[in-house]
Amino acid sequence: MGLIVNPIAGIGGRVGLKGSDSLDIQQRARMLGAVPLAGERAASALELLLPLSENIELLVPPKEMGETVARSCGFNPQIIQTSGLTNKSLAPFPIGRGEGGDETTPEDTRCSARTMQEAGADLILFSGGDGTARDIYTAIGNNFPVLGIPAGVKIQSAVFATTPRSAGELAAEFLQGKGVRLQEAEVVDLDEDAYRLGQIVTRLYGYLKIPYRREVIQNQKVPSPASSAVQMQGIATDVIEQMKPDLAFILGPGTTTRTVAEQIGLPKTLVGVDIITHNELLAADVGERQILEMLERRPLGLIITPTGGQGFLFGRGNQQISPDVIRRVKDENILVICLASKIAALLGRPLLVDTGDYELDHLLAGYIKVITGYHERIIYRLISGS
Amino acid sequence: MKPINPKPSPRRYHQASWDEPVIFELSQPGQRGVLLPPVETGIEQEVGNPAQMLPDQLRRTVPPALPEMSQVHVLRHYDRISQENLGVDLNIDIGQGTCTMKYSPKINDQLAHTHKLTELHPLQDFSTVQGILEVMYRLEGMLKEISGMDRFSLQPGAGGAAIYANICMMRAYHASRGEGKQRDEVITTIFSHPSNAAAAKVAGYKVITLYPDSEGYPDLEALKAAVSERTAGLLITNPEDTGIFNPKIAEFTRIVHEAGGICSYDQANANGIIGITRAREAGFDLCHFNLHKTFSTPHGCGGPGAGASGVTEKLIPFLPVPTTEFDGQKYYLDYNRPKSIGKIRPFYGVTANILRSYAWIMSLGADGLREVAEIAVLNNNYLLKKVLEIRGVSAPYAKGKRRVEQVRYSWEQLTQETGVHSEEIEIRVTDFGMHYWTSHHPFVVPEPMTLEPTESYSKADLDEYVAVLNQISAEAYTNPEIIKTAPHNSTVHQTQQEPFDNPDEWAVTWRAYRRKTGKK
Repeated sequence: MGLIVNPIAGIGGRVGLKGSDSLDIQQRARMLGAVPLAGERAASALELLLPLSENIELLVPPKEMGETVARSCGFNPQIIQTSGLTNKSLAPFPIGRGEGGDETTPEDTRCSARTMQEAGADLILFSGGDGTARDIYTAIGNNFPVLGIPAGVKIQSAVFATTPRSAGELAAEFLQGKGVRLQEAEVVDLDEDAYRLGQIVTRLYGYLKIPYRREVIQNQKVPSPASSAVQMQGIATDVIEQMKPDLAFILGPGTTTRTVAEQIGLPKTLVGVDIITHNELLAADVGERQILEMLERRPLGLIITPTGGQGFLFGRGNQQISPDVIRRVKDENILVICLASKIAALLGRPLLVDTGDYELDHLLAGYIKVITGYHERIIYRLISGS
Repeated sequence: MKPINPKPSPRRYHQASWDEPVIFELSQPGQRGVLLPPVETGIEQEVGNPAQMLPDQLRRTVPPALPEMSQVHVLRHYDRISQENLGVDLNIDIGQGTCTMKYSPKINDQLAHTHKLTELHPLQDFSTVQGILEVMYRLEGMLKEISGMDRFSLQPGAGGAAIYANICMMRAYHASRGEGKQRDEVITTIFSHPSNAAAAKVAGYKVITLYPDSEGYPDLEALKAAVSERTAGLLITNPEDTGIFNPKIAEFTRIVHEAGGICSYDQANANGIIGITRAREAGFDLCHFNLHKTFSTPHGCGGPGAGASGVTEKLIPFLPVPTTEFDGQKYYLDYNRPKSIGKIRPFYGVTANILRSYAWIMSLGADGLREVAEIAVLNNNYLLKKVLEIRGVSAPYAKGKRRVEQVRYSWEQLTQETGVHSEEIEIRVTDFGMHYWTSHHPFVVPEPMTLEPTESYSKADLDEYVAVLNQISAEAYTNPEIIKTAPHNSTVHQTQQEPFDNPDEWAVTWRAYRRKTGKK
């Protein structure tokens, strides 16, 4: 198992700085008396893995990025080298200084993850926040088991266990082969600069493969009668049944929308927007302009799913589907799809829309039909998030 | 004399544990429980070989894979399993909310076990079964009075079957008016029983589910957005599984009727309202009762369940066949009903439970039924007050309001403060010889626990149950490991949850288990 600790994750949170993604912020946080939490959180998780320490070969980056906490917990880890630590000048922007005095950068995280993957680790456990999850996703993509110990300020991604201890518990079960299933989970992150100015701009960056047990994963707290995969297949079957041969559809980002493309046998840009018909991919990874051009030539429908844990239907992670685009799609051709468990996880909060067009947001608001399975709908409230 | 080992509160409990295999795994080739004598020559000459009378397509090509066991091994097997069980006859069984686990009086079992009932054959001539037909006819009359409906069928074998019968009647009604194809959607709510949505899907309908409004009531505005010319009907439970009575229920039925739909009332939660409100006055066209819940007969696992489907005048032609009739002199069964949906189940219903329900209602009378509801509600609200005093528990929705006959509680606060989940407490409760149920899926109420105390339990019983929850809450805050490693005194297993939500992995029969796991 690999362990990566982002030594500065969470440093901004306790002093109210809404994130820790830049050197300036980290310095201000330290001046305000902030103490990094990621090591402490990682220790809580590692304690649960101690009984297995004889059987776990633990790979860690040097010092504060893993070595320190691993040793303090009683592990005898194997230290890997990270180019970021040895080659500071290549780092795009330094983001932190661990307690040991070494600056660490996002590149260290990325490099460590890549090294662990190449070394044949079964699982990478990381202690950090959304930014750390994003770095790991960038390094190793969505086909390798990873699990987050929640330690950052921003924990919107679904790749984190609910608590550090449950991360340790789940990792132990996974490593012992106790039938823990792997599932793709969203990596979303805020634009921190915008967030500090009071704006919320979330982006969906991709998906990490995580060991999954429903009680212990953030934003996935709602058990369902069927697994997500089975529910998604039902949704896709319903959507495809409704796709008329003469109408092409804008297919928004997400794993639920991807299942539609998969069931037809088409490729799908996971975090981008594609245009498809019932049997053909017309355009992949399109931007607003291309969609508008296509709309000049032919009518389009829209298949869309809420992104992130907050329940935004438009305006988060799918900005290509702009107000102009939405206005040109007929109401009856907009198919909203979502897992019923995701709706339940909103705990009664309405779905949100924030297209940037105040008038359109209010036009879209009201009760909408959400396809949640084959021939299954939920009537749910949508309000303007702006 | 002072006892050396005084009895603590809550009481200690330890369940028998036998590590008993599944009966199929106990099979030994060649073992037999009963050796049947060969057919006597005289009989064979008279009757011939019965096996040869069977049409070819009805004959098995291979013998059934039944376990081969001696009598004593069969007896031991079931005796052991019975010791690894819980239930209303053994302890305080108020944790299976919405299932109305009330006491089934034993005298009604004795009635159902008399040879006058057990030796009847469903194909006997009417003239020889007037007694049970009269019981069926009279029970129908009582259910009509309790609900305000105009006719009932007692044929459904359980609540789900009764809901399915109601949906089939709804479908037949729309078809008879030429609107069968157009009306392809039914509306239900997330806190109604999932059997409504499931039965509607089986009947070919698209299902639209309403979520609660911020107060926890079914959302009237969402209903308005849901109805259209495609609406076949509304299938709704009231009170819902939160124990909250929908005060706008008459408005719900009015809106659906205005859209041309039919309204079907799931009365599985009727135990708090019998003798107080009726389906008819709330505007319903159809309703169903679970005789094994409200009317005290044993539940599915303790004996067969039984359902009853009620209809108003306009749906009478579509009732399952046969109906039980009385011509002023004799009782008879009427099969000549051309618009009927046919049969939901063989013959006439679960007659043993029909008799038990009839006896139970007769023993109480009309006033007694109302008293049942009042005590059930009183018990529930006493329990509500006591449970809300336990650290970490809340009762989401309808703040400050009382509940009808059950409550869906939430351990969310305790989970946030201790990391202990409701599904873990659910296992720990079995260490005290008790049990509770969380909720249907998806969990709309986080970390749920659904309790329904019915009228059968005393104040001391409820206090004992609360003492157990109290102790477990204290453990969560001081020693959560004892909960996370439970059970310690029970035979319940900690199971992997994941296979339960994957149709490729779950197996409800031995044959499916062998097929899906590749075991011989």
